[in-house]
Amino acid sequence: MGHGSMLRKEDARFLRGRGRFVDDIQLPGMLHAAVLRSPYAHARIVSVDTSAAESHPLVRAVITGEMLADRGLAWMPTLSHDVQAVLATDKVRYQGQEVAFVVAENRYAARDALALIDVEYEPLTPVVDAQQALAPDAPLVRDEIDGRTDNHIFDWEAGDAAATDAVFAAAAHVSACDLLYPRVHPAPLETCGIVASSDAVSGKLTVYATAQAPHAHRAMYASIAGIPEQKIQIIAPDIGGGFGNKVGMYPAYLCAVVASVITGAPVKWTEDRSENLMTTSFARDYHMRGEIAATADGTILGLRVRVLADHGAFNGTAQPSKFPAGFFHTFTGSYDIPAAHCRVTGVYTNKAPGGVAYACSFRITEASYLVERMVDVLAHDLGLDPAAVRMGNLLRPEQFPYVCATGWEYDSGDYARALELALEMAGYDELRREQVAQRQAYEETGRGTVMGVGISFFTEAVGAGPRKMMDVFGFGMADGADLRVHPSGSAVLAVSCMSQGQGHETTFAQLVAEELGISPDDVEVVQGDTDRTPFGLGTYGSRSTPVSGAATVVVARKVRERARIVAAAMLEVAPADLEWTKGRFDVRGVPGVGVTIGEIARAAHSDLELPEGVEGHLDASCVYNPPNLTFPFGAYICVVDVDPGTGQVKVRRFVAVDDCGVRINPMIVEGQIHGGLADGIGMALMELIAFDGDGNHLGASFMDYLLPTAVECPSWELGTTVTPSPHHPIGAKGVGESATVGSPAAVVNAVLDAIGVRHADMPLTPAQVWRAVQGRPMRTDLAVSDGW
Amino acid sequence: MQVPAHFEYQRATSVEHAIALLTRHGPETRVVAGGHSLIPMMKLRLAQPEMLIDINDLGELAGITVAPGVLRLGAMVRHADLLGSAQVGALLPVLHDAERVIADPVVRNRGTIGGSVCQADPSEDLAGAFCALRAVAVIRGADGDRAVPMREFFTGPYETVVGPAEVLVELRVPLWSAGSAYLKVDRRSGDWAVAAAAAAVATGPGGVVTEVGIGLTAVGRFLAEEAEDFLRGRAATEANLVEAGRVAAQHCRPTADQRGPVDYKRHLAGELTTRALRLAVERAA
Amino acid sequence: MVVNGREHTREIEPRLLLVHLLRDELGLTGTHWGCDTSNCGACVVWMDDVPVKSCTVLAAMASGRRVRTVEGLEGPFGLDQVQRSFALCHGLQCGFCTPAMLLTSRWLLDHNPDPSEGEIRSALSGITCRCTGYENIVRAVRHAARSEAGS
Repeated sequence: MGHGSMLRKEDARFLRGRGRFVDDIQLPGMLHAAVLRSPYAHARIVSVDTSAAESHPLVRAVITGEMLADRGLAWMPTLSHDVQAVLATDKVRYQGQEVAFVVAENRYAARDALALIDVEYEPLTPVVDAQQALAPDAPLVRDEIDGRTDNHIFDWEAGDAAATDAVFAAAAHVSACDLLYPRVHPAPLETCGIVASSDAVSGKLTVYATAQAPHAHRAMYASIAGIPEQKIQIIAPDIGGGFGNKVGMYPAYLCAVVASVITGAPVKWTEDRSENLMTTSFARDYHMRGEIAATADGTILGLRVRVLADHGAFNGTAQPSKFPAGFFHTFTGSYDIPAAHCRVTGVYTNKAPGGVAYACSFRITEASYLVERMVDVLAHDLGLDPAAVRMGNLLRPEQFPYVCATGWEYDSGDYARALELALEMAGYDELRREQVAQRQAYEETGRGTVMGVGISFFTEAVGAGPRKMMDVFGFGMADGADLRVHPSGSAVLAVSCMSQGQGHETTFAQLVAEELGISPDDVEVVQGDTDRTPFGLGTYGSRSTPVSGAATVVVARKVRERARIVAAAMLEVAPADLEWTKGRFDVRGVPGVGVTIGEIARAAHSDLELPEGVEGHLDASCVYNPPNLTFPFGAYICVVDVDPGTGQVKVRRFVAVDDCGVRINPMIVEGQIHGGLADGIGMALMELIAFDGDGNHLGASFMDYLLPTAVECPSWELGTTVTPSPHHPIGAKGVGESATVGSPAAVVNAVLDAIGVRHADMPLTPAQVWRAVQGRPMRTDLAVSDGW
Repeated sequence: MQVPAHFEYQRATSVEHAIALLTRHGPETRVVAGGHSLIPMMKLRLAQPEMLIDINDLGELAGITVAPGVLRLGAMVRHADLLGSAQVGALLPVLHDAERVIADPVVRNRGTIGGSVCQADPSEDLAGAFCALRAVAVIRGADGDRAVPMREFFTGPYETVVGPAEVLVELRVPLWSAGSAYLKVDRRSGDWAVAAAAAAVATGPGGVVTEVGIGLTAVGRFLAEEAEDFLRGRAATEANLVEAGRVAAQHCRPTADQRGPVDYKRHLAGELTTRALRLAVERAA
Repeated sequence: MVVNGREHTREIEPRLLLVHLLRDELGLTGTHWGCDTSNCGACVVWMDDVPVKSCTVLAAMASGRRVRTVEGLEGPFGLDQVQRSFALCHGLQCGFCTPAMLLTSRWLLDHNPDPSEGEIRSALSGITCRCTGYENIVRAVRHAARSEAGS
């Protein structure tokens, strides 16, 4: 009953192949769509001729930008105060941009018809290198905006610049380093997709979509397409992984809706993998210059960061809208750093829009990588042990709640305990001895491998977020929860968050079960249907447990308080005389006299006379506005073996100690961590979207965009500490993204430690490692060439 | 999902039938075996054959037989079957080394050795191995069989000597080597090679290398005859193996791509040649 | 074609991919797809008792052959041991790669009843999982092996 490692309720269908994903949905008369995309990164559209495609016998509609423009739908708003082309009208601004939308009677015909559309382009010089985007002679990406003369989007800063500069001026030691967090992609196994079904008679629009945030999608359709909100139902069926790829609205979704209106039939569009990797929701692309000031013995005094953020052709980052750099200003990480300042400049380039995705907790991945790399650079420059530098600078338990130099209030933590546990699990001192011996053997023979040990310590800020601090698209980030209790005492919980594999049907049932003292099997969880769930902003940024989970606990406790009144009426005592033990109310001091929640539920629905003002039933609803974010943390240690002769890296071990406060279902929590650790291997060693000089996307299939397999992953070694969140109703913190955020730096630090190199940018492919050993690491955001 | 354009499909009932179909339907006709190179290219519409001839029913091409002095491999031998043959592993470890790093086990269940070499991808793993072993391709056309050394089989990237109305039927691998090995560097398991090297050696008294074969992958040419010429007749000392690697690196012609820059690939050609030779010599002992 | 023991006859276009025949024509949507290039392995089914990537097999090529999908894994006496072990070891999260993982694991255990961790990782290396970091999948296969050895 309640919390614990209960097996998952959702597995029964997935194990039998009975999951229901968007592409599994077949509706009567359903049509299939395909998108014609630009082969150019930057080109003016001279003409679009769709006549041949329209005369294809199985084609039912071809939609172009001009047709959308007639309906005022050629452009749509982004979540970041910008607009994005739905179908290009004036010019294309990145390779793969949507130009036309074909609807046909089957998916093969839709694909065939793409080849029949004749688009004449006039190629333009693209802006590929973000570092050249602000050059005076750079081509203009957004020339459709009146008065715009450059590719600058925003400057944003956090922290006290003057105070930080003063600390740096007086510091005994300053280390500086340029770091690139390259463009990567969340690449869930299931691509994005939609089935849009518009009913001309009722005016109702039903949308089945891969939507991590169904209510936000409904609001956006209403706002963009002018459809009354009550006429829109968004249904997110099973989602085959999201990782932030399925938060936003994509042009083809809107096209599918328009196509359904035009044809009067349901329209299905499912991305192929190239479309997924090329156009929807990339992540990162942060060019950072970090500077760290310290005393000679490694006490950190200040941290200063300058960021150039490549946002692509449209500013479409999906994040709380007051924060153009997301939560990057958590970059002081887990350390007591008195002075810190960051300045972020966003630029347009001829690349796909996005930037906030891939389990990044709104750019805390970039922040965490920055600080954890800089701490290692500092240790390298000062000749200190990176574990000792970390231990000496970590926040201490008595400092919590701690307000960092950029203003975040960390809720709770016992950082040294986590790092100590990780070091002990890894056998750190022994690893260092082995490293010396192995390095010596390598230098004597010139053969074999060298080993490296990398540490990272991360703190996240998850559970967005307090209404007073943040909003998305003008919506406060509070989540609702509705709990209905049937006469038998079983319950149905409806929540706004949406699982993409996190196991909400199990975990959220456990939350209710724990609070009401019933079995999780007696709790059904409803999610992913805007007609059946209360408003809330969905699942991303590790916010399900901190926000919707808290809402669930609060609503269950509300039910319990209603049950107390009913129980008091049943037992003819005052409510205050009742004592709750799991599953029942007993009369205080009278052993054996009490009622179970099931009996109370039946009575609540019966003709039992209740006190005035109590109408009956136990149902309740609530909206939870989190008082603060939650701050999970962890200490990660990676051990690698590197072959300097070939540059190949083998991850030998990975120790991960995570503290996400109270764990509702430890089995599921560990699974979440395992997945994020694999992401770290992926980003650190192989995942990459680079572009050639013409703006061609060089990671457009899984042959080129590499994901780790079971062979690259070691058997993860997990450790746990529990420091409850003081403000979450059960002390839980978010965990879904912790390992994705924390692990890349550990892997990179380990590889660079092995080869004794101060810095080289991800991904540390064999070529990059070998080049780093030669003292000539490559820039990884551009095509590999021989110019370097 | 991306899908192929229209084409006709027919199953061949014999090699002769396949050849007759190829002859009848002309140059836009392609043979499909495992399909793991061709079908993805058709989905991406990089290949648009008008007709596919399925040769999966041709059991006559699926044999692995050891005859005196030669291993005969049917073109339809699946990668998994070659890897599953203990006899092949004992005779020619280079083939098992290479097979272990071709794509992944599920793909290897379906992909065939003939399909791989006919695809002639410059990064394909078996090409270098068969070149090192001095294997011979048996190609059948309407006029009968012809034998082409694997070293002359590839005429360019994705191009071979197999004519439009011909079918590769067999690979004959002479069993001259006493030891052999294949070493590959990739970015991830299952990825195409950044570079790889195959080596086969025969040694005589005093550790002299009496014959050597070296094949390279993904560095612009499959052959490294200059390195072979250097090593042949010399003792298999560490210094000579390193020098052979240096010669191989000098003569290869890599180009830069996302797997790596030219200097790195050239370095790998040398490093892996030396290492593969070292392992082949060890195995010969 | 015989799918999960049941014979099906269809007139099809030569270009129809096996994965689409199974999903769109036969309604067996347990077989998924995640890429176009036979890398991700979400589409694995058995053809004539061997795991293959059904996005890279023409339905025409499967004509006359036996196909087994995840829907055919459960037997008359309940779930297959690999299905039970995946649940017990939390070897799945979003469930998208799960059918392919199950079918490939079943085949591995049929041919190697006591695989090492390395053999399991290698056998599954053609199927990408984005959720589990593979840890609990490997554990599940080991668990299934032990359970079958014990029974």
